[in-house]
Amino acid sequence: MTNVLVVAEHDGRTVSSATARTVRCAAAIPNAEIAVVAFAANGAALADQIATLEGVRRVLLVDNALHAHPLAALIAPQLAEIATGCSHVLAPATTFGKDLLPQVAALLGTVQVSDIMAIETATRFRRPIYAGNAVATVEVAALPLVGTVRIASFQPAAAGASHAPVEHVTPTASLPTHTRFVSQTVAAGDRPDLQSARRVVSGGRGLGSAENFKRIDELAALLGAAVGASRAAVDSGFAPNELQVGQTGKIIAPELYIAVGISGAIQHLTGIKDARTIVAINKDAEAPIFEVADIGLVGDLFAILPELNERLAEVLR
Amino acid sequence: MKRILVTLKRVVDYNVRIRVKPDGSGVATDGVKLSINPFDEIAVEEALRIRERGQADEVVVATIGPRDCQQQLRTALALGANRALHVVTDETLEPLYVARLLHELVKREEPLLVVLGKQAIDDDNGQTGQMLAALWQRPQATYASKLEIGDTSARVTREVDAGLEIIDVDLPAVVTTDLRLNQPRYVKLPDILKAKSKPLVALTPAELGVALKPMLRVVKVEPPPQRQKGVMVKDAAELVAALKTKGLL
Repeated sequence: MTNVLVVAEHDGRTVSSATARTVRCAAAIPNAEIAVVAFAANGAALADQIATLEGVRRVLLVDNALHAHPLAALIAPQLAEIATGCSHVLAPATTFGKDLLPQVAALLGTVQVSDIMAIETATRFRRPIYAGNAVATVEVAALPLVGTVRIASFQPAAAGASHAPVEHVTPTASLPTHTRFVSQTVAAGDRPDLQSARRVVSGGRGLGSAENFKRIDELAALLGAAVGASRAAVDSGFAPNELQVGQTGKIIAPELYIAVGISGAIQHLTGIKDARTIVAINKDAEAPIFEVADIGLVGDLFAILPELNERLAEVLR
Repeated sequence: MKRILVTLKRVVDYNVRIRVKPDGSGVATDGVKLSINPFDEIAVEEALRIRERGQADEVVVATIGPRDCQQQLRTALALGANRALHVVTDETLEPLYVARLLHELVKREEPLLVVLGKQAIDDDNGQTGQMLAALWQRPQATYASKLEIGDTSARVTREVDAGLEIIDVDLPAVVTTDLRLNQPRYVKLPDILKAKSKPLVALTPAELGVALKPMLRVVKVEPPPQRQKGVMVKDAAELVAALKTKGLL
């Protein structure tokens, strides 16, 4: 039996789609017996939600008021303790998982495989390197291993009718006080979440200003899409950092990705490679985005967008 | 002495379009331009600015790699670092061993702050800073986009998936840099000459007492699957029609 421990990412109330995708990845490990651990404050309802995910055999709830904001410094020593006896410790390759898991690997003195995109055997994995311009197959010499999961590569585990047992766990690790949460600014907005949205509309440098970037919001609203941005657009202050798509931003796999005024640097393309259909609108016919686009339209976005909005509104009405 | 330790890794330059070797053994690096990992350049810049504000006395840069990685250390010295440490090895090291070697350097140098890039753009692992923090049992602040140093603690703004998070960390601490922390300066020619006389000490993993036992084997490296060539449409009406045909609306 292979004991796989998945670390849940959540906002205190709802478990993230990234966690459900990590569970799906865990289920691809031969003979996996999957437990999910949640570090939460008043997490009973959250644990019940996790318990319904297909493939989950046990939920471990570590309830502590200190977990209201997840800090790697607090979670890592507890997780290393709980992970004793596990063959695999997995978390989504989101800023939560990427911040946390290397600490756990170091505490366990074991190897980490980052950005797992496919499981070949219990010890062999595929992962992207060089911003996704190459794919490496790697084999670990021994277990346990720690791994972050490239969530765009896996579908979310479905919520089923069964309900796995929930156990309360109280690790004995002493918790440091040297790291303290101060605040978090979360972008207000009613757009769908970028990482799990079925449709995404992204804007780039071609938009020219934060004011013009609102046209991306309009198109997204029409399509019920999430909004994304290229690094250039974020660096220029047109869009906030959490919208950045690419090697150092978010890796996404929507059904429809519309890139507007984005030239398509390799670092951006790595973030959208798994999109089912890529649409590119750009004035430069030589822009690299057209090499990956399924549908390309060369032209002035300021002329195209109003007409596109109008026609979409007709069709979607 | 208030000291900042900055780590840097030599990688295939950001602008190079990489090529996978036909035998699947890796990515071609012969004759390819090699540079300091861009996130590490941001780390060097941040350390220099902290020293220039008078909040640190010395910036020490460290790298681990073959002998000719000295060139990247010299670049960092030309940018303004005071001295350099080079752990010389021809092995490709896994992040845990890099972190163990850095931990040994940290024990010797006793820095106030260790600044690392959040990831290297070659292997994209993003592990070393966090591993070092765990081994050193000190705070970490990853993905920093703003860093304010106080007397006994630092306030760090982090770029996280949900937006921006602010945390306080007691010093000494480990910080990993994100893209928007700063805009690195360019190296000036006279400084390259001056950097040649700055101290650079070479060490070996054995001297630091770290045994290197590979835990991970690269079985093969392949180019990613290519996307099918798409179609071009001439206006918004055709675009909407194409989306409809694909069942996307």
